[in-house]
Amino acid sequence: MMMKIPYYPGCTLNTVAKGFDVSARESALVLGFELKELDQWNCCGASFPLTPDNVMGLAAPAKVLANASSEGDVVATLCSVCYNVLKRTNKVMRDDRDRRREVISGFIEEEYEGGLDVVHFLEVLRDKVGFDRVRGAVKRPLKGIKAGAYYGCMLLRPFDDVGIDNAEAPVIFEDLLRALGCEPVEFPNKIECCGAHLAMGGEDIVTRLSSNVMASAAGSGAEIIVTSCPLCQYNLVKSRERMMEEGGDLRIPVLYFTQILGLALGQDEDILELGSGLHDIRPLLEERGI
Amino acid sequence: MSRIGVFVCQCGNNIASTVNTKKVADEMAKIPGVVYTGDYKFMCSSPGQEMLKEVVKEHKLDGVIVSACSPHMHEKTFRKACESAGLNPFRCEITNIREQCSWVHHDKTKEVGTIKSIDLTRMTIERLKRNRPLEKINIPIKKKALVIGGGIAGIQAALDIAEGGREVVLVEKEPSIGGNMARLSETFPTMDCSQCILTPKMVEAELHENITIHTWSEIERVDGYIGNFTVQIRKKAKYVNEDLCTGCGECIEKCPFKADSEFEMALNKRKVIYTPFPQSVPNIPVIDASNCPKIQKDKCGACAIVCGPKAIDFKQEDRIITEEIGAIVVATGYELMPNTRFGEYGYGRIKDVISGLQFERLASSSGPTGGEIRRPSDGEIPESVVFIQCVGSRDEKKGVAYCSKICCMYSAKHTMLYRHKVHDGQAYVFYMDIRSGGKRYDEFVRRAIEHDGAMYLRGRVSRVYERGGKTIVQGADTLSGTQVEIEADMVVLATAIVARSGADQLAQRLGIGYDKYSFYNEYHPKLRPVETVTAGIFLAGTCVGPMDIPESVSMGSAAAAKVLSLFSADEMAREPITAFVNEPICNACWDCLNACPYSAIESKGVKDRKGNIVRWIANVNDGVCQGCGVCVAACRSKCIDLKGYTDEQVYAAINAF
Repeated sequence: MMMKIPYYPGCTLNTVAKGFDVSARESALVLGFELKELDQWNCCGASFPLTPDNVMGLAAPAKVLANASSEGDVVATLCSVCYNVLKRTNKVMRDDRDRRREVISGFIEEEYEGGLDVVHFLEVLRDKVGFDRVRGAVKRPLKGIKAGAYYGCMLLRPFDDVGIDNAEAPVIFEDLLRALGCEPVEFPNKIECCGAHLAMGGEDIVTRLSSNVMASAAGSGAEIIVTSCPLCQYNLVKSRERMMEEGGDLRIPVLYFTQILGLALGQDEDILELGSGLHDIRPLLEERGI
Repeated sequence: MSRIGVFVCQCGNNIASTVNTKKVADEMAKIPGVVYTGDYKFMCSSPGQEMLKEVVKEHKLDGVIVSACSPHMHEKTFRKACESAGLNPFRCEITNIREQCSWVHHDKTKEVGTIKSIDLTRMTIERLKRNRPLEKINIPIKKKALVIGGGIAGIQAALDIAEGGREVVLVEKEPSIGGNMARLSETFPTMDCSQCILTPKMVEAELHENITIHTWSEIERVDGYIGNFTVQIRKKAKYVNEDLCTGCGECIEKCPFKADSEFEMALNKRKVIYTPFPQSVPNIPVIDASNCPKIQKDKCGACAIVCGPKAIDFKQEDRIITEEIGAIVVATGYELMPNTRFGEYGYGRIKDVISGLQFERLASSSGPTGGEIRRPSDGEIPESVVFIQCVGSRDEKKGVAYCSKICCMYSAKHTMLYRHKVHDGQAYVFYMDIRSGGKRYDEFVRRAIEHDGAMYLRGRVSRVYERGGKTIVQGADTLSGTQVEIEADMVVLATAIVARSGADQLAQRLGIGYDKYSFYNEYHPKLRPVETVTAGIFLAGTCVGPMDIPESVSMGSAAAAKVLSLFSADEMAREPITAFVNEPICNACWDCLNACPYSAIESKGVKDRKGNIVRWIANVNDGVCQGCGVCVAACRSKCIDLKGYTDEQVYAAINAF
């Protein structure tokens, strides 16, 4: 029987980032396992409360985890923000008895003690499937495509709590891209912030930070940018639009890593939502004869 | 019936202001067995001691109690006075009515302090009644010292002990003595060349008739106790016969194979048969077996062919030599924290990011560039160099919580060396605080800034990356509140100093304490800084914690002084406060043996009349026992007790309360 991994998609993947969701599910099937969506889930809250007395902010993610715990001992996510919020909340529920009590008795009214293992899809690929097996399943090697892996912050920080990889010099993304035939490009801003939630109200800052990221990747020779975060993707794309309006010129497609994975595994391009215009990677593939 | 005398000290007003000493004395006179009581202004003064001696003789006392300050202050004084009056010194006990009594009470009516003093003194009387006279333990001393580690601290200790006329065995892990100091180019704050001041000392140690040097050797096993250690030293195979080798260097010349040089911190290659550096002591090469094709696959053997005296011996094996030792000086030194721990600085990924010790090699006239500052990537002379301080130091999250102490000074030195060699080069230093305490130290840093134009930026570096042949350093300048980006040609990391790897295992072998960073613990960090809790083992240099050369040398000399004073007599007297076993009831569960932190407990066979061992019991080695009492607490059958602190005494004291 095919291995099933309980999967929490989160709101964005259910709405504006459908391509991220579909490409991951389809790729998983090709690689021999199923991302089984949780029967019941709600929004993760989209930000981890940074003040210790903000217990209410833990309620939504704790509810997600409590629900998920009835479906297995692990839950996988794709969105970096969801991953960050769930993983950190899980740690609080596991280690901080007082706050756990408050969350349970005050809000979710469901026993949960942090027994789940919150994993990112990248970790599933690295630790459960193995990049070698991924390499073996590639049908359409993306040979020579220079890809800049953009981690952003949520996947890596704070490193004691999240710890998907070395926070200052991560390689998990690059290792995957290499398995798909891409040529990962090292660029200095790969773990810098895109501006995140300042998308609401701080557009100037977002434009500056996100443009730095793209310029840094392009300057290092990247032809595409690969991300795992819908918020990063949104900020990069929006910033580029704003820059283009002001006469800037930065033509570099931004894709989710699962879209690249799907392409390499030979999936139907139509289901991957590869986007149009500047976001479209297909002209590049055509040019390279891939 | 006992004949006890009680002396209550007023300690000027220290005790008398809150304790009615007269009343304490009078109350004690009522206790059976007490034949004399009195109070006096300063018992520790010369007239006070004389008075005590006279009373002992006059009243034929068999026990003395001085109710005064902490026994740490004057127990020795009063015991000595009693001894000279003909009393066994261990029949003198101190009641502390100052530190934990008069000093902590402010009751001017003296009521509380007096009651408490009476209680405490009464308890001591009951304890004293059950005191047995004890005799000091005399231990023979073997007058040969072992120094572990041949860096500057160890060399200094060895030389001082040898000059004092005692034999020294100096054990060094590397093929040459010299330690980290041999790597340094110049030294702060005088800028004298490290090699020039170190190598004469190395040679002096080599030639000294009282010093035996074992390089390429490690401590295998240590048994015994102060004055009587048995140490096994593993002499690793050098594949070179030390007696035959003349140090001509022909073998090194002809060896066709190379490996990264440990001494040059991988900035350069060395041959597979090598001495770490030209001034090595002893000047005898070793073969790096893992890289030698002759040893691995029986191919080559060029060194053996060219060796005139036929000193090469591919069949050589590790040897264990045993030494009888009286005292040990541990001087194992430091190493740098692995820089790869800090991904943001790119060490290991970016060739032109190097460590402070690597910069020392670049600046050293005997280094891989002959003393010219040339960057590792392409050998170009860097026009700008960024020095990043506190890499791992004062960083609990990623590194260590402590300050590595010498980096502020050596980074300032680096900027000066760089400017002196590259006149139009610009040095930048990112720092947290400048810590330059020490004689002529702060002046030195000011000189680097004001005279040699080093640009000091107060702030941390967030990232180092490459862009178009330059190494870009991004950081904050917190004084101007701006973010800065520097296009550097080279970056030097002032990495945290950490204990040598394996320091903890050596400590376990020696039975000395170490902290969570594996730095060795002093007996007392201020007052007994070169001693360990294990008698006869002393400390010197950076194995205790980060320190500079003058401090390491001072500690080496101080440890040597301790060793020499220990060696000044043929026997040493030790306090007889040791544990003892009530042999008939010991059931050999060995809880005491496992609990003892000093390995002072051993098993002893009990023999019948024919000499056959019929059972095993625990036995305390008086030479090693420190009288801590852990075994007493651990013993389930209550058969171990501590002399001077027996259960009987302690219960009697409690009952008297």
